[in-house]
Amino acid sequence: MSSSSSSSVGRRDIVALEGVTKRFPGIVANDSIDLSIRPGEVHVLLGENGAGKSTLIGMLSGLQQPDEGRILVDGKPLPITSPRHALALGIGTVFQHMMLVPTLTVAENLLLGGPWWQRPKTEELAARVAEITRSLGLTVKLHAKVAELSLGEQQQVEILRAMVRNSRLLILDESTSMLTPKGIDELGALMRRLVEQGLAIVFITHKLKEAAAFGDRISVLKLGRKVGEIPPERFRALGEQEIISEIVELMFGKQKDDPEAVERAVRADAAPLLQVTDLAVAPTDNAPGLSSISFDILPGEILGIAGIDGNGQKQLAEALAGQRATTGGSVRLEGAAIEALSVGERRQRGLRYLTDDRLGEGTVGTFPVSINFFLKQVGAAPFWRNGVEQRAEIDKRAAQLVRDYDVRTPSLKTPVARLSGGNIQKVLLARELAEGAKVVIFNKPTYGLDLANTLASRQRIRDTAARGLAVLLISTDLEELLSMCDRIAVIANGALVGTVENTDDARTKVGRLMIGLAA
Amino acid sequence: MTGLFSEVFLSALLFGAVTAAIPLLLAGLGEQMSEKAGVLNIGIEGMMLAGAYLGFVGAFYSGSLWLGFLTGAAGGVAVALIMALLCVRIGLNQIVIGIALTLGLEGLTALLHHFQFSRSYPRLPAADATVIPLLSDIPVIGPAFFKHHLIVYLAVALVFAMSYLYRRTQLGLNLQAAGDKPAALDVAGIDVIRTRTIAVLTTGALAGLGGAYLANVGAGLFIPFITNGAGFLGIVLAMLARGRPIWVLFGALLFGVCLSLTTAMQVAGINIPTDVIQMLPFLAVMIMLVLFGRRASLPAALGIPYERGAR
Repeated sequence: MSSSSSSSVGRRDIVALEGVTKRFPGIVANDSIDLSIRPGEVHVLLGENGAGKSTLIGMLSGLQQPDEGRILVDGKPLPITSPRHALALGIGTVFQHMMLVPTLTVAENLLLGGPWWQRPKTEELAARVAEITRSLGLTVKLHAKVAELSLGEQQQVEILRAMVRNSRLLILDESTSMLTPKGIDELGALMRRLVEQGLAIVFITHKLKEAAAFGDRISVLKLGRKVGEIPPERFRALGEQEIISEIVELMFGKQKDDPEAVERAVRADAAPLLQVTDLAVAPTDNAPGLSSISFDILPGEILGIAGIDGNGQKQLAEALAGQRATTGGSVRLEGAAIEALSVGERRQRGLRYLTDDRLGEGTVGTFPVSINFFLKQVGAAPFWRNGVEQRAEIDKRAAQLVRDYDVRTPSLKTPVARLSGGNIQKVLLARELAEGAKVVIFNKPTYGLDLANTLASRQRIRDTAARGLAVLLISTDLEELLSMCDRIAVIANGALVGTVENTDDARTKVGRLMIGLAA
Repeated sequence: MTGLFSEVFLSALLFGAVTAAIPLLLAGLGEQMSEKAGVLNIGIEGMMLAGAYLGFVGAFYSGSLWLGFLTGAAGGVAVALIMALLCVRIGLNQIVIGIALTLGLEGLTALLHHFQFSRSYPRLPAADATVIPLLSDIPVIGPAFFKHHLIVYLAVALVFAMSYLYRRTQLGLNLQAAGDKPAALDVAGIDVIRTRTIAVLTTGALAGLGGAYLANVGAGLFIPFITNGAGFLGIVLAMLARGRPIWVLFGALLFGVCLSLTTAMQVAGINIPTDVIQMLPFLAVMIMLVLFGRRASLPAALGIPYERGAR
């Protein structure tokens, strides 16, 4: 590994893509992409979920082959035929999902891939690792089982693995998605040290801030196409805010504006749609209980629940939806007590719950998109008659919902787990906001979504309230609550510690409540 | 009843236990390797039957037990080749193919045996024992453990060879990675399909060898369905052994004692219905599963065909 200067001007591409196209059934994942990757440079690939970033990485790391176009390595066209080939060419990849064997130790994972007839060269590895970690300022526990490491530590092991294998190009796929803010900063500093040693880095992210903070060059992908590039010279000339607004321009074709405000009248004189009084839930081993939860929501009102994650938000949502047993208190929907009703009966009456666990409890991943729209009506007319599925009816209605909610899916028959997070959320929204909804509970509705889907989901929630429904919006994103709610209640240790009107000083008041001070 | 606890009886019982344990041990070790690499090999019963039949035929016509072991192992490998092709390379369902192979081989070996030997059941001469000097003079234990055919000692030695393979070699690492996180192995540059194929073929060889031992040394003849669930017992052993060969050995010996007891009790003429006695080994399986079933920890990707890039 050379430790030459960080200057990248005039260097030749290690890897270049020319007109690379990759198709999958129903979609063009990459459409004629050009890319140049140079030593000493962090090249950020920025794009929304489904923009084609992962496919691009698949082709660079030998997992997939392009349908058209070519990949040049050191200026020569060369198909990258397998992961082994990619490694031999000096292309190391840290995948979005950890690629370590949890039951093996760090050392064993690093040794994986040696010729099978050899004894693992443990001593040689230890020396090599010591040399690399010293130059990068990392500490790695070689003899710890991978399953015992934190996600950040596992990621360092993966980066280390690429270095042990003499990679010249390091690809980091959505590497910050599972890290703490501190971990993200550390990764940024590590990337800087690596490029200073002459490495090329491709850094994939959908977060604008990280792109602006860590990159030297940014390429923006949108729906499989490269829509723009900010070269290093330009990058250095611009401030962070200018870069961000330029990227937003590239990604969305217009300046990012808050969606147009919907005229929404909260009728203060109307009777509350949802009244919760002294709701309580017993604590369990791994979750706090709830106590003294009381609030009302008027028709057309959005009540926010703010708080640090894990303070009983999920318990509150589940208790209201009927999924969790309560130990006291009352829940009234349009004045009628519903606390004794089952999940299904509450839904029937118009209480809808949008879970934050979209794949786990929200959908059945292997079922087609069409059935997932009606999961909560299985057996009910008109989609089922006498216990028999009415496929034509289901498909007709599902096609309608796909159009209405702009669900991007190859077909109605596609298993829902194959869709991106944003599109799965649209399926859930379509299902829960269907006929008869009166009160809707949203639990972290934009968690893990990209910007476009986040904005679309927020708009959908505003529209819901504008239709005169009562909305309970549970979120750990204070900005989100401040931009949408009429009132914000703060939950701490399973109790509501205060409720504030969303006026100009709401941020301070909510913040004080969240850290345990009086508003 | 006095005969039941005599020295001769005890050493005969233990001798029988070892003889009964060896096929289970070989099957268990074989199955363990497949499972480690992420392939649930239910076809192992069929591989044992193929090994038993071909092993017997090989030994019968050549007059050499060793050639019989060789043809037996080859028979197991031949069946494993089908399994590797269908389940590892093409990625078909391992359970369905495994059951199909077992049922198919049950029929096929019975049919071939019928064509070959009609209704006669020719026997092989008794196997030569390799007597270990000194150790074999110990009362009870000596005749029970140290007067076996050489292959028995080799099978036990294999337990330690396997331990070494899993813990100290690159291939061992690759096998475990193929079962626990095949995608990680793939991106590390090792062919998952090839690694699993090696494991399945090795399973075939060991199961075939076990079957050949069962026919040639254990029984001295081939009868249809001779394995009588030995392969399935091997699967149980592998699952309970948590990837450690030594536990397969212990488990195989335990089952061996049960199997041997059924014979011994019949010989001793104890007044219990034969059917009840013959249930013993399977009762032991159930008790073992109840007691230790919870400790079975299986590889994360067991039974899932590997497809590159699939989510």
